[in-house]
Amino acid sequence: MKAHGLGHKASASWLLLLSVAVFLLPWYKVPPDGISALWESAFFHAMAGRLWLLPVIVLPIVLLVVWQQRSALKRQIMTLLLLAFGLLSLLLQVSLIGLNGPLFTSVAGLFPGASTGQTGLGWGGFLTAIALLGLLANELADSGFCKGDRFAAAAVVFVVALLGLFVFFPIIKLATTAFTNPEGGLALQAFGARLIAPELWRLNCISSEGGSCGVVINSVVLGIMSATLSTLLGLALAMLVARTGFRFTKTLRAISILPIITPPFVVGVALIVLFGRSGLVTGWGAELFGVTPSRWLYGLPGILMAQTLAFTPVTFLVLLGTLEAINPSLEEASHTLGAGPLRTFQSITLPLLRPGLAAAFLLAFIESLADFGNPLVLGGGYEVLSTKIFFAVVGARYDLGNAATLSIILLALTLGAFWIQARWLGKKSYVTVTGKSDAGLAAPLPKPLQAVSYSIVGLFVLFTLAVYAIVLLGGFVNDIGRWDLTPTLRHLGTAFSVEMGGNGIEFYGSAWSSLKTTLLVSALAAPLTTAIGIITAWLIARQNFAGKRQFEFGTMLSFAIPGTVVGVSYVAAFNVPPVDITGTMVILVICFMFRNMPVGMRAGIAALSQIDRSMEEASQTLGAGGFTTLRRIVLPLVKPAMFTAMVYSFVTAMTAVSAVIFLVSARHNMATAYIMGRVENGEYALAITYSAVLMLVMIAAIVIFSALIGKRRLGRRVPDNAKPQLSEAVSVN
Amino acid sequence: MNITKKAVGFAAALCVLPTMNAQAESGELVLYCSVDENWCRVMAEAFQRETGINVLMTRRSSGETYAQIRAELGQPRGDIWWGGTGDPHLQAAQEGLTTAYQSPMLTELQDWAVSQAEASDYHTVGIYAGGLGFGYNTDLISDDAPACWSDLLDSRYEDDIQVANPNSSGTAYTLLATLVQLFGEDEAFDYLRELNNNVSQYTQSGSAPIRAAGTGETAIGIVFMHDAVAQAVQGSPIKTVAPCEGTGYEIGSMSIIEGGPNSENARIWYDWALSADAQALAVQANSFQVPSNVNAETPPQAPRLADIALIDYDFALYGSSEERTRLLERWDQEIGSLAR
Repeated sequence: MKAHGLGHKASASWLLLLSVAVFLLPWYKVPPDGISALWESAFFHAMAGRLWLLPVIVLPIVLLVVWQQRSALKRQIMTLLLLAFGLLSLLLQVSLIGLNGPLFTSVAGLFPGASTGQTGLGWGGFLTAIALLGLLANELADSGFCKGDRFAAAAVVFVVALLGLFVFFPIIKLATTAFTNPEGGLALQAFGARLIAPELWRLNCISSEGGSCGVVINSVVLGIMSATLSTLLGLALAMLVARTGFRFTKTLRAISILPIITPPFVVGVALIVLFGRSGLVTGWGAELFGVTPSRWLYGLPGILMAQTLAFTPVTFLVLLGTLEAINPSLEEASHTLGAGPLRTFQSITLPLLRPGLAAAFLLAFIESLADFGNPLVLGGGYEVLSTKIFFAVVGARYDLGNAATLSIILLALTLGAFWIQARWLGKKSYVTVTGKSDAGLAAPLPKPLQAVSYSIVGLFVLFTLAVYAIVLLGGFVNDIGRWDLTPTLRHLGTAFSVEMGGNGIEFYGSAWSSLKTTLLVSALAAPLTTAIGIITAWLIARQNFAGKRQFEFGTMLSFAIPGTVVGVSYVAAFNVPPVDITGTMVILVICFMFRNMPVGMRAGIAALSQIDRSMEEASQTLGAGGFTTLRRIVLPLVKPAMFTAMVYSFVTAMTAVSAVIFLVSARHNMATAYIMGRVENGEYALAITYSAVLMLVMIAAIVIFSALIGKRRLGRRVPDNAKPQLSEAVSVN
Repeated sequence: MNITKKAVGFAAALCVLPTMNAQAESGELVLYCSVDENWCRVMAEAFQRETGINVLMTRRSSGETYAQIRAELGQPRGDIWWGGTGDPHLQAAQEGLTTAYQSPMLTELQDWAVSQAEASDYHTVGIYAGGLGFGYNTDLISDDAPACWSDLLDSRYEDDIQVANPNSSGTAYTLLATLVQLFGEDEAFDYLRELNNNVSQYTQSGSAPIRAAGTGETAIGIVFMHDAVAQAVQGSPIKTVAPCEGTGYEIGSMSIIEGGPNSENARIWYDWALSADAQALAVQANSFQVPSNVNAETPPQAPRLADIALIDYDFALYGSSEERTRLLERWDQEIGSLAR
């Protein structure tokens, strides 16, 4: 069965790519100073004296020779060794010879041509790396990795390589600063002192003397409370939409989308306008009930309110996807066996919801830990890790070591939550979507739970509408902060004025350029993030390969690290060769890709854990490869997860703030960086106007995504013809 | 081989992107700007019109810009850092992140601006100054308004004062250093301990207290006076106070980034930004700092440094990282732990 060497097309095309990359394409992004070559490819640079490029040049030729070997085993071993050597030599030369020449004198002695240094890699360099990895994946598959599935092996190899480059490399670069002093020496003692500092762990807030708790305690308390609240709210919403005859489902879905697409700071500002000491509701309270206006909003209550509002939609989407996928025949069976609706809910629906509940809680918890906009606006004296890290980098005392230490704590908290989630889910099976007939009708929500859901959701809707009424109003009146409600369009004009000039429409408003970049970056990032997230989910849920646990662990890292730290570490890692991409749009796209990929991945894993493998096995038995099975069987079944991933990554790319502060440049500025500047300056109206425009753009995008992805079709009965039977069943009980 | 083709296509798409990075050209200047965005924009546009050099401007706070320049050390991307409080500029100068330049315009500058340049061996220079003070909301405080630092200890203002946390804000650190120089260190901490009874919260951002005062969320905000004036000009009921005991100030600074791609243009900007005409642009952008060029007109709304009892602020000592770390650690222990 196995094809070998040149006889195999996949390996041949990778080899062709390698040859093109090495002999034809420009190796460097910009030709380095010093020796000039006849042509910009690696081959000519090596001929001109950059001898360290030789290994990758001879590699394709040697491979061709080796592939003439008759013994399959020898051929395989030699190819693997050669590829390992090729990759290693590539890695060594790019890390040892920097922009300003070799790092060590021994290297300088070996390669005199290296003294002038080398610049970042260009097409040739990157494609060489890709071709080598592709060859490696093929070879690994042929020797049994991933059960010989070439597509799966390639996916593993490429995802690992990408994670290594864009997640681990910057983290490692930064983590070293936690353990070293500014002079470069090892400073474990300083790290230890920072780790146990009382301002992180003190418990004064629960002692009788008063005072504030440590930052870590604050963050955890906030995270747990906000994750619990938003998971419960999300559950209530999902139940209402999926399991009752609720008539305003569409409206509810639309309303619950609002917080996701809201740029940071805006909710905080709106809450202040409503509930601040001189806020609208506070004013009513004082007038009607004589409540003394106070600043209760600033601190835990305010952040909690804003976060619950912000994260509920995410938990709602995750839970709705899970709920819709639960096979109704189980619930029907429960009914048939005489269980009441409440009992059915308790013993069938709720346990089957566990993966969804766990995923929703985990997402909200991690988001809460990483959230930075809300604590900044509403935090008052309530310090959390994310803001503390931000100010350790940009505050009055620049202390990257402390920021790195705090980030390690934040990372530990996130991973701890992840571990607990895995423990809670255990090894139970949650599969209910199988290839067998699952035509059935979902059980309606038990009456008492319906009442609870309705009232919770009513409150949520009222609250959301109030906040967004303020947002909408704020953009078109003089100054919402001081209740100067004279209608005006001047904020819109400042940001988005357009004039008809001689050369057609000219965009004069100060916000146009950042809006264009933001749109482009988000539109690029969303599909890429979804692709890598779903492929990774599929690898984790469906493939068995060595190092899978570590792989899964690694994917969570980028999500758990606060944006500020990611931003700084990205600049530190990618401002210099070999991967020299700061100041470009690429670094923004990549940053979003790897920060948001875990969301797509978790949604994908949750969806896949409900789908029986037998369908994929059937597909493979019928001769389809890994890629075809993924495309024809898996993807259509995980459409809700894809939608979640797509929307989430698009929206986060448009609204993320902390990571991009250091990655934006004059040519590529982002909307949120602009908004943050306005909020800092107290120009709330302009910030709100811009936010409203962004939200409209995002709504349009979500509509487009849902049209593009389409609905998952599961073989379920239509409620209409089933209704009479069901009401009978209910009345019998 | 369908799969391979797609994989190659995807991979190729990924690598095409890095090469799209535009290289800096000779007619460009990469400006890192640390004042209000409007002011940055006005300056960039005026310079572009006057010299034909295309300005690529990024606005970040001074702390963020400092962190950025440090992170970009291997291959600096910016040419000039204009604006923002002086301490991070001095720190950057100490660490060799910025380059020395003695502008011919130095002769036209106020003494405080020149001494900033001398203190840093000409790695940075003063472009504007702003006194520290406070602003109060005239709707909330109508009679017997506070005029001195000591008035802020009055129990009438319990829970009604906001100031930033000095760990996160340069403004609040300037307050700490000012009080230490004004009253002596132990007395300054006594004062802050007493002030803590009236402080409702230590905000993260330096100018947040005056925004809160503008909307009535608090009565008094301790900030730089020009921030308070800017709030008032935007229509907030804010009155600006220069404390009677005297006060410290910040020197907004400018530095040329070492090894930037367009160093020649950076010097052209440097000289231009020190000229009286360029400094007069601030008012257009609602910025009311005191300009460093003696010939530049101080905006009428700006608090005149001549009318304020300014202390002889020791920028070299209180800008050094050892003294800063020591004072901030003492603040953490004695004040920060009391905070609610």
